[in-house]
Amino acid sequence: MPDFVQRVSAKNELVPEWASQEVSTGTTIMAVEYDGGVVIGADSRTTTGAYIANRVTDKLTQIHERIYCCRSGSAADTQAIADVVTYQLGFHSIELDEPPLVETAANLFKASCYRYREELTAGILVAGWDKRKGGQVYCVPIGGMLVRQPVSVGGSGSTYIYGFMDSNYKPGMTKDKCMELTATALSLAMERDGSSGGVVRLASISEEGVERRVILGNELPRFSTH
Amino acid sequence: MSGDMGPEWLSEEVKTGTTIIAIEFNGGVVLGSDSRVSAGESVVNRVMNKLSPLHDKIYCALSGSAADAQTIAEIVNYQLDVHSIEIGEDPQVRSAATLVRNISYKYKEELSAHLIVAGWDRREGGQVFATLNGLLTRQPFAVGGSGSFYVYGFVDAEYRRGMSKEECQQFVVNTLSLAMSRDGSSGGVAYIVTIDEHSTEEKVILANDLPKFPDQ
Repeated sequence: MPDFVQRVSAKNELVPEWASQEVSTGTTIMAVEYDGGVVIGADSRTTTGAYIANRVTDKLTQIHERIYCCRSGSAADTQAIADVVTYQLGFHSIELDEPPLVETAANLFKASCYRYREELTAGILVAGWDKRKGGQVYCVPIGGMLVRQPVSVGGSGSTYIYGFMDSNYKPGMTKDKCMELTATALSLAMERDGSSGGVVRLASISEEGVERRVILGNELPRFSTH
Repeated sequence: MSGDMGPEWLSEEVKTGTTIIAIEFNGGVVLGSDSRVSAGESVVNRVMNKLSPLHDKIYCALSGSAADAQTIAEIVNYQLDVHSIEIGEDPQVRSAATLVRNISYKYKEELSAHLIVAGWDRREGGQVFATLNGLLTRQPFAVGGSGSFYVYGFVDAEYRRGMSKEECQQFVVNTLSLAMSRDGSSGGVAYIVTIDEHSTEEKVILANDLPKFPDQ
């Protein structure tokens, strides 16, 4: 039945509008390969509509000792998928009796994301290090495709930094240059995308292990535009 | 939709899904645009110049609906001619931008075009104005069009105050090249216009002369 009444405020004034909105990690995530490992990064904002539900979210989720995933899209969907893959990979690794391959983890993500593609909203970057191929980054965007890329960005804020990435990424960069590039790119995206913000979380994964870092808001690189 | 109405793009609106940019330097401005006009998935014009003169030293960059943008530019061109005769001297860039803004704001429900107005006048030198949706704001540089989203990060990182004319031209060319390679609605060649006190210079950069960035 069409609603002819003009409303000045939301239908149910007892509950704010954001309480009925889906929780999303509208976000910016990034992963870069270097010779010997990978660098991954993400912002830290989780939103329900216009309300920031969590301003210090950790979107870099550990799947196995040297395999992480960066989550974007629906917070519930990506957490559920990550839990499932963590279980499957853990089991597989015990059967194999050796650390799992990054490509295996990526394929497990792809399997879930593709099978349930109509119900899910999840864009995931899988990154890590294994003995066979070293540092690898795999992109599993919405829809459930799988592709390996030397550098990949994702999330709502990623559109703003394609130009920056194309011009600043060069193959063969060192780990520190990759960290710097990731932090800079994330800051740029966070500045332009309303759904990205907070702090920058970085991690580097290599044969030696995992190193995690947080860059707080006031330590982020600044840019003079206006 | 079956085929007896003809291909889909015949009934699609013609848009300049595009990348446009204008930047000011000490003594003038540089404007840049791509050259693709699309109707749905078809490219109906691959060499359109989206930098339209409003006066000798004032240009505007067109984006959005091709018809709307061109019409606004033509109307303002006429209004500016009348205005400059009335005041007996060259019009100010701010006047041109205000005229564009007035049309964009008054007809904001019917129109879907965004024009960036840039030029040089004797009083304030080089100026860039954005007139998106009927606002009017002066900025050191402005980007617009569908391709601009992909290069916000790049321009934020690369822009510095006090760049020279040549640096601004290179900045514009790099930005256009990056946007054109990512945005399906931008492409073709790059048109560059440099306006300063002494001259208004128009240049075309063909696709193979555009800067290339290492692809993934």
